Amino acid sequence: MTNEMKLEFSAVSENEAFARVSVGAFVAQMDPTMDELTEIKTVVSEAVTNAIIHGYEENPNGKITILAKLEEESIELTIVDTGRGIEDIEQAKEPLFTTKPELERSGMGFTIMENFMDEVEITSKVGAGTTVYLKKRLATKKSICY
Amino acid sequence: MLTVNFAQKQDVLLIRLKGELDHHSAKQLREKTDHYLQEKDVKHIVLNLEELTFMDSSGIGVILGRYKEVQRAGGEMVVCSISTPIKRLFEMSGLFKILRLEHRESDALRQLGVA
Repeated sequence: MTNEMKLEFSAVSENEAFARVSVGAFVAQMDPTMDELTEIKTVVSEAVTNAIIHGYEENPNGKITILAKLEEESIELTIVDTGRGIEDIEQAKEPLFTTKPELERSGMGFTIMENFMDEVEITSKVGAGTTVYLKKRLATKKSICY
Repeated sequence: MLTVNFAQKQDVLLIRLKGELDHHSAKQLREKTDHYLQEKDVKHIVLNLEELTFMDSSGIGVILGRYKEVQRAGGEMVVCSISTPIKRLFEMSGLFKILRLEHRESDALRQLGVA
């Protein structure tokens, strides 16, 4: 069975907690482990924060969309912004790379996403926005074989 | 929601964090800590994360920033009571190469000679 949900909200930092808690609540029906749930909440927080800081440069008029899809064994998340986009995705993915060191950004966002999820795909167009697709297979579901 | 609690023992600032540390709450932690460091005579920082229930990479950034400030003045930063998920973030970003980790707050304070 596939179960889907869609969230759209303003690009303001207050919504970082809202986004990860909402996705966490939706995913809870898959009965993930505490570690899996924490990992999912962390990557949502990373992607949403990137959209707010880099995509929209903290412009509250920006909108962020999250699509969450639950499959039999896996969770798929798509986080979309229509902000300024990423010029060099490979560089953005490098650990500790950041374009905003003055804001004390650690440059670890994409590294964390890659560590916590099974698949990470970033598509971006300068001036049009960024889409981050994340997929995670749940360990508890992986062990069930027919 | 993040609650930041400060206590000072001689030249050590003890910061106890409770709640969630993300981009939204990192600003509050940065401003309050920097204000304290400017006003009071502090050399070292002990960061107690026992009641921190969530942290993302924004937390890494703000902790690294405070580390740089105490290090500039010849001080140290010791982190204690860290949960497994948050410890993984610290490991991933190489923070333990520069910060000392202690099991309990009392161990951290003892390390800095103020227990």
